[in-house]
Amino acid sequence: MKPRSDTDNGTILRTFDVSKTFGKFRALKSISASFPRGAITSIIGPNGAGKSTYFNLLSGAFPPSSGRIEFESRDVTNVPQHKFAHMGVAKSFQITNVFPLLSTRENVRVALQALVSRYDIWRPRAKLPGLTERADALLAQVGIWHCRDRVAKTLAHGEQRALEIGMALASDPRLLLLDEPTAGMSPEETRVMMDLIVKLAQERTVILVEHKMKLVMGISDRVLVLHHGELLADGTPSEVRQDQQVKRVYLGQREH
Amino acid sequence: MNDMSQMMADVPARSNSLFDVAVRHRAVLASLFLLIFPLIMPFKALAANILIYGLYALGFNLLFGFLGLLSFGHAALFGTGAYFCGIAIVHFGLPWYVAILIGTLGGAGMAAIIGALAIRTRGIYFAMVTMALAQCVYYLFYQAESWTGGENGLRGINVHVIDIFGLKFDFLDPLTRYYVIAAFVILALFALSRILASPFGAVIEAVRENEARARASGYNVLLTRLLTFILSGAFCGLAGALAALHLSIVPIEMLHYETSGMVVMMALLGGMGTFFGPFIGAAVFMLLENLVSLWTVHWQLIVGAVFVACVLFFPAGIWGTILRKIRP
Ligand SMILES: Nc1ncnc2c1ncn2[C@@H]1O[C@H](COP(=O)(O)OP(=O)(O)OP(=O)(O)O)[C@@H](O)[C@H]1O
Ligand SMILES: [Mg+2]
Repeated sequence: MKPRSDTDNGTILRTFDVSKTFGKFRALKSISASFPRGAITSIIGPNGAGKSTYFNLLSGAFPPSSGRIEFESRDVTNVPQHKFAHMGVAKSFQITNVFPLLSTRENVRVALQALVSRYDIWRPRAKLPGLTERADALLAQVGIWHCRDRVAKTLAHGEQRALEIGMALASDPRLLLLDEPTAGMSPEETRVMMDLIVKLAQERTVILVEHKMKLVMGISDRVLVLHHGELLADGTPSEVRQDQQVKRVYLGQREH
Repeated sequence: MNDMSQMMADVPARSNSLFDVAVRHRAVLASLFLLIFPLIMPFKALAANILIYGLYALGFNLLFGFLGLLSFGHAALFGTGAYFCGIAIVHFGLPWYVAILIGTLGGAGMAAIIGALAIRTRGIYFAMVTMALAQCVYYLFYQAESWTGGENGLRGINVHVIDIFGLKFDFLDPLTRYYVIAAFVILALFALSRILASPFGAVIEAVRENEARARASGYNVLLTRLLTFILSGAFCGLAGALAALHLSIVPIEMLHYETSGMVVMMALLGGMGTFFGPFIGAAVFMLLENLVSLWTVHWQLIVGAVFVACVLFFPAGIWGTILRKIRP
């Protein structure tokens, strides 16, 4: 057992030697890290570094091949994905994941409903109190209230990403996990999204996966760098920026 | 595409356009249609058959159209409903209404068993697993000859009088029989409409739309699939029970894989993912079968051609296409 002393209040999530193998390929090699509560922690690294794999372990999409994960000092290593929202952990995917044929408002309404009614086959869903109002409030918070009646798949890419974050917020998570929330966005959309993330982080812990180092350095309290499935560096943005190995990995990726 | 999208989402609207009002009262409208249907239909026995297969298709579509899982084994649910109802009457001498309940529960129970085994697979694998399990059910009932009559079918389901709260109805009169069966189908329509408009109905849609997102939102996708399968089984079981009463016999063909394939065609023909489309599909299918077989033994060729034409030119199905046209 690890000592629990000062870490419990300060740490929201920890991984102990987690590894993930796909067939024979070791995508993630024995990563131990802890994520401070109330902070923005970014996980960066070049393409194929294992960021999404790590992210999927943290968010419960699949269990690690070995190792252990603790959320708020509770072992969640083998907890199935659908229980995470109820524990206070929510996420958005690297590839946009909304309910494409439902209206924007219904997307968020369904996400909200998961917390109050999942197996009721009899009452009219319209009678569940407050869900539509809260859905509208969340849509306003992520800046797409004006799209509420549109079918989700007709939204612009940036709007769909915002919608996904709105859905993630439905469970009022203490921990919000975002996998490349600005992927495929224009510079303008990216700026709006980063502002939103900073705003959301005022009330909750945020873990952000990103491969563009520059984008997250300014807003992150901590940065983890993954490379070839290994944890290359772990520290404050300025520490990580000074790190020789990190410099080497990011050399030749000048556009980032 | 927009039309399709809105069609797939289940009545959230509060608007008061005539169309939306109609959608909200779809069960009432469908029931009214069933009440006048035999008056415009030349053959009453066929009308009752359409009711039964229409209900079978509606139950199937809950899984296929609304959840997005294609089962090729629904004959097992339909057939189990029929056999359980028949066995309750023939071997246990139970009253007709208890037999109907047993048939319905039988369909649901069989769905629970098949579902528990098949629900982890998807796509073509799900279709194959359900089909294989349905074949097992076929042989089970085929072999249990002392209970089911084997290949001769279960005979002697003789219900002549239906009494409801002291009122007696002559079940041998075709029109009366139609309305007795219609009463159950109407109840089922209201139940189905209610399920689709319920919170669980929203979960079904969400799982169909995006499983990963549904899971991340906090829904247990496997359990949702299983429960939907069981609900589907209950509707199909009820349809089977009504078939047993209507035919007075349960032919083993009810469990045949052709009965599984037929319901897929009916749902596609009418419009999967619409509330009433599968019923329309069943009606068109059976009318074609009956009318065309009057003048040629090659009726399957004609019905098949109509089916292919429909799928190619009206992919939303007959009812789905009509809904698109009249939607404001
Ligand atoms: N399901 C899988 N099966 C096999 N290999 C996989 C699987 N998922 C990921 N990988 C491999 O694991 C490695 C890490 O992938 P991962 O998606 O975690 O990278 P990433 O850091 O998120 O990259 P990107 O910046 O492109 O999103 C890659 O080489 C990838 O091909
Ligand atoms: Mg990734």
